[in-house]
Amino acid sequence: MPDLSSIAPAGVVETLQDHWHTLLDGLKVTLELSVFGGAVAFVVAVVLGLAAISRLAVVRTVSRIIVEFFRGTSLVVQLFVLVYVLPQATSVGSHPLLFCVIALGLNYGAYGSEVVRGSLNAVPPGQWETTTALSMSWLTKIRRVIWPQAWALMLPGLNNLMVMLVKGTAIALFIGLPDLTSVGDDLRKSGVDAWTVYGISFVLYYLAALAFSAFLRHLEVRAQRRLGIRPSKVKTAQATAEAVA
Amino acid sequence: MSSSVKWDWSLANEAFPDILKAFLEVTLLVTVAASILSALLGLVWAVALRELPGPLSKVLGWLLGVIRMTPLPLQLLIVTYGIVTPQGWLAHLDGPDQLNHRLMIIGIVVFAVHYSTYMAESYRAGIESLPKGQWEAATALSLPQSRTWRVVIIPQALRATLPSLGNWAIAMFKDTPYLLAIGVIEMVTQARQIGGDHFDYIEVFTIAGLIFLVASYPTAILMRRLEKKLAY
Amino acid sequence: MPTDKTDGAGAPDLSKQSGAAVQTGPDFDGNGRPRIAFEDVSKQFGKNVVLNDLNFNVAKGERVTLIGPSGSGKTTILRLLMTLEELSGGFIYVDGDPLTHRKNDAGKRVAMKPKEISVIRKRIGMVFQQFNLFPNMSVIENITEAPIHVLGQSKDEAREKAKKLLDQVGLGDRAEEHPTRLSGGQQQRVAIARALAMEPEILLLDEVTSALDPELVGDVLGVLRDVANSTDITMLLVTHEMQFARDVSHRVMMFDAGHIIEEAEPDAMFSDPQHERTKKFLQAIL
Repeated sequence: MPDLSSIAPAGVVETLQDHWHTLLDGLKVTLELSVFGGAVAFVVAVVLGLAAISRLAVVRTVSRIIVEFFRGTSLVVQLFVLVYVLPQATSVGSHPLLFCVIALGLNYGAYGSEVVRGSLNAVPPGQWETTTALSMSWLTKIRRVIWPQAWALMLPGLNNLMVMLVKGTAIALFIGLPDLTSVGDDLRKSGVDAWTVYGISFVLYYLAALAFSAFLRHLEVRAQRRLGIRPSKVKTAQATAEAVA
Repeated sequence: MSSSVKWDWSLANEAFPDILKAFLEVTLLVTVAASILSALLGLVWAVALRELPGPLSKVLGWLLGVIRMTPLPLQLLIVTYGIVTPQGWLAHLDGPDQLNHRLMIIGIVVFAVHYSTYMAESYRAGIESLPKGQWEAATALSLPQSRTWRVVIIPQALRATLPSLGNWAIAMFKDTPYLLAIGVIEMVTQARQIGGDHFDYIEVFTIAGLIFLVASYPTAILMRRLEKKLAY
Repeated sequence: MPTDKTDGAGAPDLSKQSGAAVQTGPDFDGNGRPRIAFEDVSKQFGKNVVLNDLNFNVAKGERVTLIGPSGSGKTTILRLLMTLEELSGGFIYVDGDPLTHRKNDAGKRVAMKPKEISVIRKRIGMVFQQFNLFPNMSVIENITEAPIHVLGQSKDEAREKAKKLLDQVGLGDRAEEHPTRLSGGQQQRVAIARALAMEPEILLLDEVTSALDPELVGDVLGVLRDVANSTDITMLLVTHEMQFARDVSHRVMMFDAGHIIEEAEPDAMFSDPQHERTKKFLQAIL
């Protein structure tokens, strides 16, 4: 480790020197959960979001039920069902990291599908009608015209959800998966100063969340520029509150 | 070959009262108390963000952002082991009930502070959605600033913000299992303990999940209705 | 001055029209099949009946203006033809082919499959009041999008045609521009070019100048006059620009409460309306 003694309190430097391997491994797990969980959540959100605006009532209803189920039953319960019930009921075995990714993906994917649905519906009806008037197939319609516009609208909401997902990876603590929170807790139990070890984790979480948020914000600005518009951020807070309830 | 999990009604019947008890005594209590507290705190932040001088408002905004962007379980751990334990507040207690009680209070405060940062955003959006004319009219009437807030701005902003606050409260409700981080026995932890005793988890987690669903879904529907009704 | 319609290429000879002939309109191919036929068409939104047992034909190459008070069903007719609304009853035929519903062998009315509908729909284009340009594409991409992805034209071919169309609507130098940088009138001219790029047999114009500032209306109408004079596209227009309707259309149909209460050649309609409602309506807007 580089010499940090001149800028940081002594406890922090010592802790970092002694345990940076452990903390780095924890950070790695947290980032893996964030990236894979986010990817699964995005796929789930897009599929359920598109299903929610389907012309077929059956598809819409199925999507609705799945979304309400995963929104309503709490992330930790879903994780526990995967970790405790699934290996008992089937022969899949125990895969804490995978189960955690699936739980995060399904839960935040369900929330995300509300953002996707809302954004698709927010594309002006005139745009949908014009695609019909130009005889576009469903796929062309969505892919070429509707999605690029909805994309810009949904990114602020997805951004907030991604930050929540990064925070949500801390559920790893409850199943003994050594993520940043877990390893911090273990270090504290082994006698390392609580403030120091949690403080380091805290900063790392903050930086990770900022990084993901900045990346999505970058995508948002790019999408907006492509549309030649400058949408307001005002509704974002409300939209997220609706999605996560 | 997979072992089969059978639904055991007798375990379900046996576990239900205990799970429900944990729900009412811990989960619900923490949710309600923390919701009220965070709604008040959120309003304080929102007003402060507008009224504090520029640099202070920036610092506050940044602090709220830091709290909003870091995990609740970690915040619970920091407060419990970094602040409360060194003060000796969790030592020399009369028994596990008192410990659980004090940990719950920590939980309520941490949840309240965490979600107040979200609610502050909702309030801010509600305040910003008010037409500028409202402020100007209050100025034209020479209303003092505090009165402008109390009788003009907050009542109107609250109307626009209420469903959003409700939604955050529901989100908080579903986050209550995070209390496990500091060892509070809330509903899901209780369910896991019972499940562990019998090495049979499907009944207990189904019950816990259903209680979440039954409590949160109607509330969420109510908030959506409220939102439509309150929309100008 | 009602002069354009007679010196336009391919304009039908209206002198032969009278009485029942107006009902069918001109028919260039002489095969007796109208370009558009509405047969017992009805449309209701919930309990609100907008059209009830409506029957009319439009001949190939004919340009028909629909007028009438708002809510009289004019726009609904265009939207039904574009399949933007679902037919509540009756049939619409394009060149004799059913558009959304057909009679089966037993004579029962059945809905057609989306794939069958899309084949017929490709013969129809529409320009909307609000332009509806795609904001995620440049001007020329707006025009080439459907020819490439629906008609399967090559990119080069589509671009070449699009450039010609842009020249035609006077925007040849704005091809790579973002649509939001254009004025409303320019956007609407792009929208017209976009509809024409699909080479439709039928062009539907739904109040295409209503959303424009008055000084921008002239350019758009000029472009449409050119299209009317230089092609034999069948046109159905809903417009409040009566002079324009008079200049380009062969026939005017006056609607009230979902019914055609009067139809005539534009000169006759505007100078000597027969029906009381028509007189009142024209007085109010002219």
